[in-house]
Amino acid sequence: MPGMFIDVLVDPKAASDAALVKKLVEVCPVNIFAAQEGGGLRIVEENLDECVLCDLCVQAAPPGAVRVIKRYES
Amino acid sequence: MRFYEYESKALFARHGLPLSKSGLAHSREDARRIAAEIAGPVVLKSQVLSGGRMKAGAVKFADTPDEAAAHYDAIVPIVVSGQKCRAVLVEEKSQVQQEYYAGVTWDGRRKLPVVIFSDMGGIDIEQVAERHPDHVSKTHASTLLPPMPYLAKEAAAKTGVSGADLTRLAPIVSRLIEIFFRYDLTLAEINPLAKLEDGRFVVLDGHVDLEGDARPKHEKLLAELGIRPEETRQARPPTDFEVRGAQVDAGDHRGVAGNVVEFDGNLGLVIGAGGGSLTLFDAVRKHGGRPANYCEIGGNPSVKKACALTKLVLSKPGVEKLAVMMNVVSNTRVDIVARGVVKGCIESGRDPAKTIAIFRIPGSWEQEGFKILKKYGVEYCDRTVSMYEAAGRAVMKMKA
Repeated sequence: MPGMFIDVLVDPKAASDAALVKKLVEVCPVNIFAAQEGGGLRIVEENLDECVLCDLCVQAAPPGAVRVIKRYES
Repeated sequence: MRFYEYESKALFARHGLPLSKSGLAHSREDARRIAAEIAGPVVLKSQVLSGGRMKAGAVKFADTPDEAAAHYDAIVPIVVSGQKCRAVLVEEKSQVQQEYYAGVTWDGRRKLPVVIFSDMGGIDIEQVAERHPDHVSKTHASTLLPPMPYLAKEAAAKTGVSGADLTRLAPIVSRLIEIFFRYDLTLAEINPLAKLEDGRFVVLDGHVDLEGDARPKHEKLLAELGIRPEETRQARPPTDFEVRGAQVDAGDHRGVAGNVVEFDGNLGLVIGAGGGSLTLFDAVRKHGGRPANYCEIGGNPSVKKACALTKLVLSKPGVEKLAVMMNVVSNTRVDIVARGVVKGCIESGRDPAKTIAIFRIPGSWEQEGFKILKKYGVEYCDRTVSMYEAAGRAVMKMKA
């Protein structure tokens, strides 16, 4: 479920890349990403609205693999 | 941080201010023993951190030790302005010829310490200043130079005190000024400072407030006076609303969203930024608004924290609208606060557009914040609207 203001979409292929998952968990300052047990990426929904729009996740991933949506712009 | 009267007097005694014989009673036996030692009429005073003791019946006079013991029992259960009695000060009753007032505090407008003196002590100094301004003097002190003895003399002389009285009063007021500076006080007050029938002057009641941030500097003094580190010494016990405000702040390390103080108005406030809270609170009142609370936000609180504070304020019975206002912010993000307050409204079942009377937080990421507010139909303004004007707009909406 998206946040009230922010949604983060991750390409399924990128979400299953263990190295990228580790990187996303590491770079996000507000803990939006978590590693799922048994592998894969989990979006921590309760933290979505804390997104500070730093773009670090977007820069850490291959182009287009992570998208940060400002829901208030739609 | 307030001191009890007996602590204020203990501090005064260290600096040679003239005091009546007294003792602190924690039991009726103590009260009887102290009265017997004084061997004369005494006054028994409840030790509470508020005024209004006399009106509440928490000050009584006794002529004998037995009467003192009986009065002790009568005084202890009395709650004065929500404050329970900590102990009873048993003090020699003085034969008073005239009462004076001497106080040192900060003049917020001049940004200087000010010595206030009146030859009409014993009653509310604000009332004296209003009705008999010629009986109250205000003498400003320097923050750069050490306090000079002439200040005390000048303060007293301005009210017409002269001769032997001035000679006797000046050193007392001078020591009070020294105490104010030495211990980083926000208030040092003697009221009444009594002239006795034999011409001597004596401190009958005293009040001391220590700057909260100076507590660590004066740890030794506080320990010697028996003030424990965990004692917050607020003017009254925190309300449930205020306790929950503190929990909101403590619940998330990011930024500040707390220091909540409860009032009985209908306009909820989410305000802050480097003194902005005080300015905005005053501005709301100046426009005729009735704040439901005071609070402080800043230091970039998280969305969760701003949301929790908003929900808390809106949960207070009688709160009709919310004013979200700050000074120009640099280390707090406008969009983050906007998300928090909008979310707080929605999670409280309220329409942000109807609930937020005004959102006036200009500064970092304001364009992003304004997009959010626009989307939810909230009235907002930038730095071209002053804090005072923004407060006026909020109050006007309440009256509409």
